[in-house]
Amino acid sequence: MAADTGSYINHHLTNAQMCMTDSGVAFNKACADAGFWTLHVDTLGWSIVLGLIFLLSFRSVAKKATTGVPGKWQCVVEMIVGFVDTSVKETFHGKNKLIAPLSLTIFVWILLMNMMDWIPVDWIPTVAGLIGQHALGMDPHDVYIKSVPTTDMNMTFAMSLGVFALIIFYSIKIKGFSGFIKELTLQPFNHWAFIPVNFILESVTLLARPVSLALRLFGNLYAAELIFILIATIGIAQLPVHFLWAAFHLLVIPLQAFIFMMLTIVYLSLAHEDH
Amino acid sequence: MNLNATLLGESIAFIVFVIFCMKFVWPPIMAAIEDRQKTIADGLAASERAAKDLELAQDNAKAQLKEAKAQAAEIVDAAKKRETQIIEEAAGKAQTEREKIIASGQAEIESERNRAREELRSQVAVLAVVGAEKILERSIDAATHSDILDKLVAEL
Repeated sequence: MAADTGSYINHHLTNAQMCMTDSGVAFNKACADAGFWTLHVDTLGWSIVLGLIFLLSFRSVAKKATTGVPGKWQCVVEMIVGFVDTSVKETFHGKNKLIAPLSLTIFVWILLMNMMDWIPVDWIPTVAGLIGQHALGMDPHDVYIKSVPTTDMNMTFAMSLGVFALIIFYSIKIKGFSGFIKELTLQPFNHWAFIPVNFILESVTLLARPVSLALRLFGNLYAAELIFILIATIGIAQLPVHFLWAAFHLLVIPLQAFIFMMLTIVYLSLAHEDH
Repeated sequence: MNLNATLLGESIAFIVFVIFCMKFVWPPIMAAIEDRQKTIADGLAASERAAKDLELAQDNAKAQLKEAKAQAAEIVDAAKKRETQIIEEAAGKAQTEREKIIASGQAEIESERNRAREELRSQVAVLAVVGAEKILERSIDAATHSDILDKLVAEL
């Protein structure tokens, strides 16, 4: 039982992998030695599909957005857009055409990816296993699929590093390169003798931003997913427990998306501030 | 740590999605929202204006109604005055007409009587002459005694 449970959990927490080997494209266990050049096809697939759902459904509203009486779907989209716009305007006071759509993309995309957590943990792997077995002739235990992209650190770091790049870009653009360096070296102690100390402190502060952004989202969703999987191992008693845990995620899922968005706005707004 | 090339793939996806959102999703939706906000604000302002106009119009109508009532009362008063005036005039005219008619009647009566008297006188004179002629036969010459006869006629 213990070994079964262990392999069950492991199976659910393993991504579908794809890599290039000497003998061509290889999958999963064959990629154990591929190192960095491995792709998590499930993470990529789900996240891109969800991103396209977000963009295309919003685009459909944008294309025929009426200034008169809006339809129901347009109302929903406008509520989300309005919410993001308010959040951005309350925090960021400069002029920037990127921050608001960036925040919208981050919020809705993360929200959709997190919402995959609500799909019972066995549904997608089971379906994928059956397809793998009957359509592709694979061993169902060899078919891996993780349907929540935000439980993959690659996903969360991709976004947080994107935000980090923007922080650096705007810091240099607004304050100039020397201004950016000065910010790193002359704070918090404004004396030449403290430059090394300042630099260490400020670098840590700066680097902590993308790391904390990515790890916060990853940690929350990974833990949530792990507990969903653990709950799924306790038999019939899982039903009420699963319900409670899923209900709790009514809070966690939008909150994590909101935090990621809000911190992005705050960091970019700090990058725009000239001291 | 399980970081691998997925990171690059997701970064590319992230950048593409953000750019798409920035170019094709955010601006039209925001434009629609702001347009509608403007329309609603205009509508509210217009309705406020209309309410003010309505109030003004109602005040105006009330004032005009009041004025009209006052004018109507004035007209009625004037009409009443005119009525009594006309009645008085008519009564005055009737009075004078009556007096005129009476006067002319009396004058006619008078003239008729005079005429009748004249006629009577002349006839009586003739009768007297005829009578006297009969009495006196030819003894009396009408021409010589005409003064006596005229005296007689005047005495009648």
